[in-house]
Parts: sequence; structure tokens; C-alpha cells
Amino acid sequence: MATAQPIQQPKYATQRVAYPFFVVALALFAGQVTFGLLAGTVYVFPHFLAEIFPFHILRMIHTNLLLVWLIIAFFGAAYWILPEETEQEIYSPKLAYIQLAIFALAGAAAVVGYMFGVHGGRHYLEQPLWVKFAFTVSFLMFLYNGTRTLIAGRKTSVSIILMLGLWLAAIFWLFAFYHPANLSLDKLYWWYVVHIWVEGVWELIMAALLGYLVIKLTGVDREIVDKWLYVIVALALFTGLLGTGHHYYWIGTPAYWQWVGSLFSTLEVLPFFAMLCFAFYMVWRGGRNHPNKAALLWTLGCAAVSFFGAGVWGFMHTLSPVNFYTHGTQITAAHGHLAFYGAYVMLNIAIMTYALPALRGRRPYNQILNMWAFWITTSAMCFMTFTLTFGGTVQVHLQRVMGMGFMEVQDDLVLFYVMRWGSGIAVVVGVLLLLWALLGPARREPEPGDLAAHERNAGAEPEPVGAR
Amino acid sequence: MLSERFSKAAARNVFYGGSAIFLVIFVALTAHSHWYILARSTAHAELSESVIQGKLVFERHSCINCHTILGEGAYFAPELGNVWERFGGHESPEGARMAIGGYIRAQPTGAPGRRQMPAFDISDEEMDALVDFFEWVDGIDTKGWPPEISG
Ligand code: HEC
Ligand code: HEM
Ligand code: HEM
Ligand SMILES: [Fe+2]
Repeated sequence: MATAQPIQQPKYATQRVAYPFFVVALALFAGQVTFGLLAGTVYVFPHFLAEIFPFHILRMIHTNLLLVWLIIAFFGAAYWILPEETEQEIYSPKLAYIQLAIFALAGAAAVVGYMFGVHGGRHYLEQPLWVKFAFTVSFLMFLYNGTRTLIAGRKTSVSIILMLGLWLAAIFWLFAFYHPANLSLDKLYWWYVVHIWVEGVWELIMAALLGYLVIKLTGVDREIVDKWLYVIVALALFTGLLGTGHHYYWIGTPAYWQWVGSLFSTLEVLPFFAMLCFAFYMVWRGGRNHPNKAALLWTLGCAAVSFFGAGVWGFMHTLSPVNFYTHGTQITAAHGHLAFYGAYVMLNIAIMTYALPALRGRRPYNQILNMWAFWITTSAMCFMTFTLTFGGTVQVHLQRVMGMGFMEVQDDLVLFYVMRWGSGIAVVVGVLLLLWALLGPARREPEPGDLAAHERNAGAEPEPVGAR
Repeated sequence: MLSERFSKAAARNVFYGGSAIFLVIFVALTAHSHWYILARSTAHAELSESVIQGKLVFERHSCINCHTILGEGAYFAPELGNVWERFGGHESPEGARMAIGGYIRAQPTGAPGRRQMPAFDISDEEMDALVDFFEWVDGIDTKGWPPEISG
């Protein structure tokens, strides 16, 4: 860490809007991994909480908190980025705060409701109708606010792709309101939300945020970044839309999906590979030595782990002859964890690690602790993925090839579940360290950087983030 | 510089144009699949009031967050898409109906060291509907999935 790091300040006053979004998101993140750990505990001690909070309740809280905090963090990231990109203050900070309150309260109400058995019956979309409605209203308020800001200012590729991704996310969310009585039809459109989000339109958000981070952290030329971004998002939608076919193999849909889904979902690896190359190549090429090393670590980590979690682990079970055996086993759980973690968790943490020092008027601080949190959380998530992958392989063999009964097979997987539990504990510890690093008191750094603190107290000219 | 500018614009146009084309293809295939589901793969039996009610019972208690159905859901408990067949519904429909209803009513087992399925507040009429739903789902043409009766 360099000496005399500047105290970072947001360049635009309304970037501060992002702060409460990030704080709420991080709090929900802590809740999400805690409920994951509780669900993982049931796998090891089957009677754990069985009377008060049975497994299905723990699981729906785990996955719902995940989605809610990721989306709140996306909103925060957008409010942070838009002013810098558009060179314009946020259209209405007040609307942003109202929007956050609606989204967070509706999400919290949903979770409390789950604890009392009030829930819908389609996974990830368990929210009662009024909560779905509140999410929609909040999302529309965000889109209005963000789009007004964008229209008024400079239109960069980063801001356009970011807002386009969020618009499309909202549009595909509307399929959550469609609830056919025919189970196959229900599933057909359920994937319009679930798959098209994570393997389609959210990739636009991901590309835009990575592009922003790379520009700020490495100082590479925008022209080059822009071209990469359009190639990445083109690859994402060209492959991701028809790639939905990898969920249309065995649910009553036509057989041609086995070909279409296998081909296009294999190609879905490409946008993740492109993001990997993009991030590492730009960092290698860029000359800037940005003091926020932890943000760079999360950025590169996101590009790398998403390539493995989504790309490699996704490809592993995406060809229809393979998926015939692995469909709906612990292999799926392994992939789901590393993909979500690598792509969207790490992405949001990267943005927060970058922005929070400025939002809190500090130097990039607690870098060591943040990087420890990175390594602990990331290696524990990888270990969890490995152990579920091995367990899943045994499960597939015994249950899908040998035809042994489900519960009998589960008895043979205890060791893997114990290891998943251990890694889950490590994840929770890592996340708590991360929260401390991001939101806790700034640690005094050993370097003679205290000068900067004096400057701040003396009201010296604040340095914009990433000033050249 | 000029060539770089050009290729950025080109990349952008390819993105918008190509995405629109793929979206149209995807929506067209979905429309066909929608028709196919109604006319072919789930045409084996009427989607009766009872089956519809059974699906709602299944959803109200969020069975999906422990079980999979047609391979989708949670991985904590057995697949339910073919539970009708597993309980012998193909040979003895009445027996399977009794067995599935009885099984659900007998939960939780309380067996030590064994995963527990909670007791649910399900009326006799709802239980009948739920089993009708399982029978209907069992008839969906899933292209041969699951590979084994174990689900
Ligand atoms: C908390 C998790 C949980 C929930 C929620 C749950 N189940 Fe179960 N279910 C289980 C477990 C665990 C077993 C296996 C029990 C055993 O073998 O001892 C099981 C077994 C079954 C079986 C027997 C399957 C077989 O092949 O042996 C049926 C049928 C069933 N559940 C139906 C339902 C229905 C219907 C619902 C929703 C109303 C439901 N379950 C909700 C955990 C759950
Ligand atoms: C940031 C970290 C995490 C992310 C992004 C995450 C994400 C997810 C997702 C997406 C699912 C649904 C999986 C699927 O249907 O395939 C899930 C389920 C689950 N997660 Fe996590 N999770 C995280 C951390 C944890 C931790 C720390 C544990 C602790 C052991 C855990 C335990 C579980 C369990 C037990 C399930 C249910 C799996 C099943 O149905 O068998 N998760 N998680
Ligand atoms: C960041 C991107 C991704 C995320 C967050 C993600 C997440 C998930 C999750 C949570 C599931 C379980 C869904 C359920 O509950 O049923 C799933 C299933 C699946 N994913 Fe992904 N995924 C991503 C990318 C990919 C890619 C790129 C591929 C292919 C190369 C892929 C292939 C699959 C397949 C085949 C399944 C179905 C598994 C089954 O049959 O049970 N995924 N994914
Ligand atoms: Fe998918």
C-alpha cells in the first residue's frame, strides 16, 4: 500500500445514494449465508430445527435473501456508477431512497412470512403476490430514476449496457406473474425468469460493472473497453437465450431442445471466457497502480471464478446425454453455488470494495483483512463445490445408474455433507470478516499515511476516486 | 483510430441486431413448445379441476423446497414426478392412492438420524387432489427421464 494515499471522495454528491443500498445488501448477505449454513446443518443433523424451521423454510430464505441482496446491490452499483459515467447527478436521490425502502421492506416481510409458513410454491419465486408487486414498483422507480439520469447526460457504453441489462431484467421478471396450471407450461416460463436472468440479461450488468472497474482500476482506454463490452454482451445473448434449452430436456418440451440446448448452452461458456480474458488482459495492459488492491483482487476473482463456476461447472452437466443422469442432483447444487458466487456475489463485492472507502470518506483501508476475507470465502466456496461435485458423482452413479433408492443413497453421502458443512462454516466466517473490513472502523495503517487524515480534517480538496 | 471507431459501432450493431434475431427465434420455439405441451406431451389426460387443485396444494406447502419434481427443486428428498409409478400406480391405482396419502399422513417419522418430512394440514379432499396431480404428472412425456424408477 502506497504512502500518502488520498482520502477518497465521491466525485458527485449523489453517488452517496449507493451507500445505504450497499449496507442493506451486505446485511442481507450475512443472513443469506447464515441460513445456508442452517440448511447445511440439517443435512448433517437431520433433526436440527425440524419442528420450528424445517428444511424447506431455511432453503427458501437462503435463496430469496440471495436474490434480494444481489438486486439491491445492483441498484446501489448503478447509483454509484451512473453519475460518473453520465457526468450528471442522479435524477432524484429521494426516489432512490423510497425505492430502496420499498424493496427492502417487501423482501424482509417476505422472509418473515416464510417463517410463519406464508409462501408461494415455485422455488425462487415464493414471494406472495403483493411482495412481487412491490418489487415491481420499486424496480420501475429505479428504472425511471436511472433512465432519466442517463438521458440527461453523457452516454457511455458502460452506462447504456448497465441500464439495458436492468431494463431487461425487469421485463423478464414479469414472467414471475404468469402461473399456468399445467406443470410443464409453468416450468417453461419459470425459466424465462431464472435462466434468462443469470445466463442472459444479468451478464449485461456483469459486463458493464466489470468494464467500469477495469477502466477505473487499470486506466485502460475506454475505446478498447467498449469494443470488448459489445462483443461480450453479444455473446451472452446469442448463446444465453437459446441456451435456455438446457432446461427444456425433460419437462415435457419437444425433443429438438436436446440439440438446441446442448449446442447453445455449450457456447454459453464463451461470454464467461471472454470476460476472463478481458479482465486479465486489461489489467496486464493497463499501467495504473491503483491503491485499492482489494478491489482489483475481487474483480479478477470474479472473472476467474465465474468462468469456472458458470462456464466449466455449467458445461460439465449441460449436454443432454450427461444431463439425463445428473439432472437435479448434488451436481446441480455444486454448480449453482460456484456460479452464483463467482459471477454475482464476487461482482457486487468488487464494486463495494471499490466504492465504500470513498462513500465513507476513507483511504482504501483494511486491505489486508479484506483480502483475507477474499481468500477464506473463495477457497471455502470452491471446497464446497468440489465436495458437492464428488458427492453428486457418487449419487448419480448409485441412484441414476444402479437404480438405488434416493434415501439409501443419501446415507452414503454423509461424509460429503459433513465437508460441505465445514466449508459452510468457513464461508460464514469469511463473510463476517468481509463485513468488518468493509463497514467496520478503519484500521490505522502502519505507513505514514496519517497525513491524509489530517488533510481531511483540514478540509483539503477531496480527491475524486480514480483520478488520473 | 478510425478503424477502431468503426469496429466499436459495428460490434454494437451486431449486438443489437443479433440479439433481436435470437430473441425472435427463441420466442418462436417457445410458442411451438407451448403448443406441443398442450397438444402432445401433456395431452394424456385432462387437466381436471382436481389436478389443478392438487398443484395448488403442492405449492401451498412448498414441497418443491425439499423435493424435486421433473428434476427441478431441492435435492433433500426424493423425486416426486414419478412417485405415482414408484408407489405402484401403474399396476394398482387404488393401492397407490392409499399408499401415497397414507405416507404423507404418517410424517414425520421421528426416526433417529433420518431426515424428516413435516406434517402438513391437508384435508381428505386436498389429498385426493394432490394424488391426482401426481398421477397426471407421471403421465407427462418426459423423453424417458428419469433413467431409473428411483428418480
Ligand atoms: C422439510 C422437507 C420436506 C418437505 C417440505 C416435504 N417433504 Fe416429502 N419427504 C421429505 C423426506 C426427507 C422424505 C423421505 C422420508 C424418508 O424416507 O424417511 C420425503 C418423502 C416423501 C414421499 C415419499 C417418496 C418416496 O418415494 O419414498 C412423498 C410422496 C412426499 N414426501 C410428498 C411430499 C409432499 C406432497 C410434500 C408437500 C405437501 C412434501 N413431501 C413436502 C421431506 C420433505
Ligand atoms: C455466497 C454464498 C452462497 C451462494 C451464492 C449460495 C447459493 C445457493 C443457491 C443458488 C442455492 C439453490 C441451489 C440449486 O437449486 O441448485 C442454494 C442452496 C443451498 N445452499 Fe447455498 N449459497 C451460498 C452459501 C451457502 C453456504 C455457506 C451454505 C452452508 C452449508 C449453503 C448451503 C446450501 C444448501 C444446504 C442448499 C440447499 C441445497 C439442496 O436443495 O440440497 N449455501 N444456495
Ligand atoms: C452466472 C451464471 C450462472 C448461474 C448463476 C447459474 C446458476 C444455476 C442454478 C442456481 C441452477 C439450478 C437451478 C434450479 O434450481 O433448478 C442451474 C442449473 C443449471 N445450469 Fe447454471 N448457472 C449459470 C451459468 C451456466 C452455464 C454457463 C451453463 C452451461 C454451460 C449452465 C448450465 C446449467 C445446467 C445444465 C443446469 C441444470 C442442472 C440440472 O439439470 O439439474 N449454467 N444453474
Ligand atoms: Fe441455465
